[in-house]
Parts: sequence; C-alpha cells; structure tokens
Amino acid sequence: MLATRIIPCLDVDEGKVVKGIKFKNIKEAGDPVELAREYNSQGADELVFLDIGASYKSREILSNVVEAVSKEVFIPLTVGGGIRSIDDMRKVLLAGADKVAICTSAIQNPELISDGAKAFGSQCIVLSIDAKKDGNSWFAFTHGGRKNSGLDAIEWAKEGEKLGAGEILLNSIDMDGTKSGYDIELTNKVSEAVSIPVIASGGAGTLQQVLDAIKFGKADAVLLASLLHFGEYTITDIKYFLQENGVIVRW
Amino acid sequence: MIGLIDYGAGNLLSVKKALEYLNVNCKVVRSPDDINEIDRIILPGVGAFESAVKNLHNRGLFNFIRDWIHKGNSYLGICLGMQLLMEYSEESTLNIKGFHLIDGNVIKFKCNKVPQIGWNQLKFCKESPLFEDIKDNSFFYFVHSYYINPVDDTYTIGITDYNVPFTATIQKGNVYGVQFHPEKSSINGLKLIKNWVDLC
Repeated sequence: MLATRIIPCLDVDEGKVVKGIKFKNIKEAGDPVELAREYNSQGADELVFLDIGASYKSREILSNVVEAVSKEVFIPLTVGGGIRSIDDMRKVLLAGADKVAICTSAIQNPELISDGAKAFGSQCIVLSIDAKKDGNSWFAFTHGGRKNSGLDAIEWAKEGEKLGAGEILLNSIDMDGTKSGYDIELTNKVSEAVSIPVIASGGAGTLQQVLDAIKFGKADAVLLASLLHFGEYTITDIKYFLQENGVIVRW
Repeated sequence: MIGLIDYGAGNLLSVKKALEYLNVNCKVVRSPDDINEIDRIILPGVGAFESAVKNLHNRGLFNFIRDWIHKGNSYLGICLGMQLLMEYSEESTLNIKGFHLIDGNVIKFKCNKVPQIGWNQLKFCKESPLFEDIKDNSFFYFVHSYYINPVDDTYTIGITDYNVPFTATIQKGNVYGVQFHPEKSSINGLKLIKNWVDLC
C-alpha cells in the first residue's frame, strides 16, 4: 500500500535554514545540507527546499545546496521560491531537484504550469498555494503571503490540476508556524476537489495534529518544519505514532 | 561499461548521481556514435510513451536498443524504460510501438489519485538476484499514471498494490524493468542498483 509521506521543509535564506511564524518573525534553524542529511537518516520520504531570500544570490546558494544534497541523499527533492520561468525550472532540475514548486509566478502566469508540465512532465510541477481564510472562503496569496490574489484557493487548486500540476502543496498562512494544527477543513476541501496528491503544510505542533491532517484532512503527505527543526520530534517518532494509529508509513 | 541512454527527457542526472555514489562508471549515450565500449544499458525514463519512442527514433537509438534487448543483452529499464519493453501503450496510438520484448501493453490507473506519487511496497513473487539483501515488501518511490499489463505473469518478479495489483518489476533473462525509481528510493534503491551492477 502507498505510504503517507512525511516531508521536512527547509526554508532557506542566504544558505541558512530559517523558520518564522505566519510567514514572519524568522529565526535561524541550521545548515541545510546537514539538516538534509539528518532528516534523510531519520527516514524523511522527500525533502522540500524553499528559497525565501529570493534574491539572485540566495537562489544561487540554494542551487549549490541542492546539488550537494543530491549527491548523497537519494530521495525526491523539491525546490521552490522565486521560480518564474521554464529556464529557472531547468536550472534547479539540473542542480539535482526532482520537482519544482511554484506559487506567485503560477498565479501571475498560469501558463507556467502547463509549459512546465509539457517540458518536464506533470510529476515535476508542484503547485504551491498559500491560502488564508476570509469569512467562509480561502484565498490564494502571493509574494510570501503578503498579497491577496483574490483567487479562491480551492478553485485555484482545481485549475492548477487542469493545467497539469502533479501535486498541490497547500500552505495555511493562518496556521504557519503557530503549532496549533493544520487547517483540516481547508486540506480536506482541496483534497476532495482534486485527484492529484495534496501535501498539507503549516501549523503542525503535535503528533495528533499530524494524524488529523491525514485522517480528517485526507492529506496524502504532510510537510513539517518547526516541529522537526527545533528537535521536538524526530521523523521516526512521528512515523511510529502514525503507524500505531493505522497510517501506512515507510520504514 | 554501462551506457546511460539520454533521449532528452529522462531523469538521467539522478541515475548518474546514484551510480557515481556507488563508484560505478557509466557513459551517457545520446546517439549511436556513443555506443562503443557499452556492454550494458540503463534506460531511465520519465514523460510520455510516444515522445520517448519518437525521440529514441530521432536519435537513431530505438532500433539499436530493440535489437540489443531481443539479443538478450544486459538492460535495466526504469519507469518508462520498463514500459517500453511492452508492445504498445494506452497513452499513445497503436502505431507507436515499444520494444515488444514482452507481450502485453501499458495501461492507466482507473481509480484513486492519479498519478501514484510516493512510496509503495514491492512484493517479491520470484527469486531474483536483483532482490539480494532487500527485504520482501520494502518500500520504493513511484511516480506514474500508467503501468505494464503483461499477458501473463511469466516474467513478473515483483508486484505492487495501488488499489489494483500490478507488475512493478519484471525480468526476462538479462533484461530487467522496474516501475519505481531506485535512484530515488534511498538505501533499498541503491542496493537494487548495486545488485543489478553486480550481475554477471
């Protein structure tokens, strides 16, 4: 049976892993290559690297990080942050990424999804959606959670699938870094709306919350940052807990 | 020397990196000019069946590889590189032919979330040197919408279940095919590649 994936997310700025709360109050959390190595040995199913510096220099450093990681860590690697063109995609893929995550640029230019899928295959294109709740709806935000695009997040996920995205990386801005749990309702709605895998992200603070995102949110994978970076739990702890509760995990 | 076939769309780089990690020499093959010294072939593949067939033809490699495997030479097909061992695929029209080493076609998952993305278990159904030191039901990383549908299970050595059981590993003599990506399947994947390298 297919295992539910546990995916550490490394937000990288100028070569350092950092983590904030609700996309703000950023603090340092370590060296990306060392963390990648460590998470791989703990049994991470994939790794996601997001360049949050998004300057030319920061992206160059991240490419070097990915290149170094891909020489010794043989699990899927996703890279995102500031990818605006097919050429940008090609560069990170050549550095050793298996998938690229696009967020703001996909909203500004939806053809980037279809062009990317055509050039590298759907399995390469991860549509990252930064969603924030307003009333009874969630809206997709751009620019690191600063601007509301006005797009309904669930509709945008469906559109992304139609355009050729292979997976949805669903980040809740409201929950990001708060450790108060994933946005289960949002995750469930998106997961029911599309037939491609959905990775839940933002808010994991307890093992129970991780389980809930899978059980009730119907997430195919969970992204973790704070919970792992500050050493509260290892991936092994998380997998044991999930397995005891009936979730299939990879050992 | 292992020849790594580059038809322009494969996930060549990660396979190359895995071989380098294992200290195994390989040579990238882009045209028939590159086949000197090659005694084994890896065809890693992602993307569509039809474009792979066409690209291999355009590079003058299709007939070479087809003859290579029909003669029983050493081959490892990964993902699409496995699917190409069949006659044709639902993904493209009937006139787009694969290498047809094994009778049967390639069909699409009908239920669930498609593509299957993630780690799934490989159940061994026959002994194979490919599985040396790997435990039955180990997890490997899959990314695919289509799977092979051989007419019988003569050559099926490992199966995986994604709502439907399907052939995830196949062997006919020296020709092997795996639906998953060993180069992205961590320790078990590296072991499997090493096992293949150590054959003969």
